[in-house]
Amino acid sequence: MAIELVCPAGSLPALKTAVDAGADCVYVGLRDATNARNFTGLNFDDRALADGVAYAHARGAKVLLALNTYPRSDNWARWTAAVDTAAERGIDAVILADPGLMRYALRTHPSLRRHLSVQGSATSYEAINFYHEQFGIQRAVLPRVLSLAQVEQVIAHTPVEIELFGFGGLCVMVEGRCALSAYATGESPNCNGACSPGKYVRWEQTAAGMEARVNGILIDRFAADERAGYPTLCKGRFAVGSETYYAIEEPTSLNTLELLPEIARMGVAAIKIEGRQRSPAYVGQVTRVWRQAIDRVAHEGDRFRPDAAWLRELARVSEGQSQTLGAYHRPWK
Amino acid sequence: MKLALGPLLYYWTRKRVLDFYDEVAAAPLDIVYLGETVCSRRHELRLPDWLDIGERLAAAGKEVVISSQTLIESESDLKTLRRIAEQARFRVEANDMGAVRLLAGSDGWVAGPSLNVFNDHTLGMLVELGARRFVAPPEMAGEALARVRAAHGQPLETEVFAFGRLPLAYSARCFTARHFNLQKDNCGFRCIEFDDGLALDTRDGRPFLTINGIQTQSARVHNLLGDLPALADAAVDILRISPQAHHMAAIATLFADAVGGRRAPREAFDASRALMPAEACNGFWHGRAGIDEYVA
Repeated sequence: MAIELVCPAGSLPALKTAVDAGADCVYVGLRDATNARNFTGLNFDDRALADGVAYAHARGAKVLLALNTYPRSDNWARWTAAVDTAAERGIDAVILADPGLMRYALRTHPSLRRHLSVQGSATSYEAINFYHEQFGIQRAVLPRVLSLAQVEQVIAHTPVEIELFGFGGLCVMVEGRCALSAYATGESPNCNGACSPGKYVRWEQTAAGMEARVNGILIDRFAADERAGYPTLCKGRFAVGSETYYAIEEPTSLNTLELLPEIARMGVAAIKIEGRQRSPAYVGQVTRVWRQAIDRVAHEGDRFRPDAAWLRELARVSEGQSQTLGAYHRPWK
Repeated sequence: MKLALGPLLYYWTRKRVLDFYDEVAAAPLDIVYLGETVCSRRHELRLPDWLDIGERLAAAGKEVVISSQTLIESESDLKTLRRIAEQARFRVEANDMGAVRLLAGSDGWVAGPSLNVFNDHTLGMLVELGARRFVAPPEMAGEALARVRAAHGQPLETEVFAFGRLPLAYSARCFTARHFNLQKDNCGFRCIEFDDGLALDTRDGRPFLTINGIQTQSARVHNLLGDLPALADAAVDILRISPQAHHMAAIATLFADAVGGRRAPREAFDASRALMPAEACNGFWHGRAGIDEYVA
């Protein structure tokens, strides 16, 4: 089976760009806290969703709806309404994190395909099989914590299709198990779908340099010759002991292009590109590169080598212009 | 209201751990959670050692619960998890859905704080599978918790993280090893040098987070001593105190006195300030940024 290419879209133009550039699936979110990219000006209203599904289906592509935040008892109905919307609009699969919501989806719309979101924090086949047995999950997106050898172990012990992150912004924390943003701002990735949200960010030029604060907390300070990146909480420079450095992670993107033959060999079902918050231009560039790479690896197998041009193109759109293999490559840990 | 001591999140020497739990046996705590929940590389104590400590604490009248590891990565992690699930001596706290799968159908296990139970639908599902106690996610506000309990309707032991540095995040990467420019596989177990974790400050010198191996904690100490009346209103049954390096028995006594009505909650809170390694916070309980210290 060929690896499916799953691409992000934060808007209808981005969805169309992804489909035109060769995405097998495009994943999207609604304009509220039901998804993990709840940013101002981003995402799909009902009309855009209908148009997007029609556009993708007419061209043989699928649309997945991310409903991957955790509803509370008081706002539960908004999440179930979103599942209903997915079923009514002909969405090909919903990407869920909350077990209660999975059960709702299973019982109310049994024929609607269910994927386990990376926000579900399932890092072992025992956890994935739990979701499979209880809620008929057909695919799981793995958190970016396992080495490739560990991914292979998971695949060997589950009937569930496995989707891996291949490219894009890198969460260094286990997705669904990070409350850093909630701690610093009160806005929770788990419940509000936002991490280090823009409305809490303040930039200030000081004698010591350009300071980036989130809710008043200094995340980094940039000298005149440094490129000032977005102050995502885990990607700032902090003082530990006598050293000031990127104590958690550098601003960097995941790029697994060179691992593609191994990923294909072990039976990974799909590769996910991160970045619903990025522009249609980013989506187009990254999708085109990965489409070519996946098609080529299907023919070349272990002889596959990424084109230098592809790597240059991906490097241009990477966060902080640097890239890593992340946890797939064990020494990163 | 009962008092529980959460699992030890730091890495201490074997002797220190044994001495610590000797002290715990005499402290006014009803429930003690045991086991390594953070990093499988830590080896001062193995599962049989934790079970031995459990026996001693049970003999001292404590309810003992064995907590499972939060981030499961390897086959050997799963092996330990199965041994925990299969032992029948003590209740088990499930800290990931793999543990839930292994415990499903057995009666009386605890749904741990990292399971992301934010609504009554998910809670009800876990109760159907045999959970008899639920530890709210630390980031959950009191009001949201009260709604979950009300909507669930059935009696169910509810526990809240009430004291200690907040476990905020888990990673495949070890940040203590990173600090020493070591790879995790050759980490030298340097986290044993930091009995309350390794401080991470902002560049303007303010405490922000605490590095504890693959776990990231708050720098501030989450402390709900002053919020006891609201905890009682939210039908909370159990308060979790998370182990710290010093003054544990004194902290437990303050909680016991406040819960028992022998000391006013606010006064107990003020007394606790001198016993904490950092400033207090309680924002999560009040639906605010967790780092906030909020007084209603």
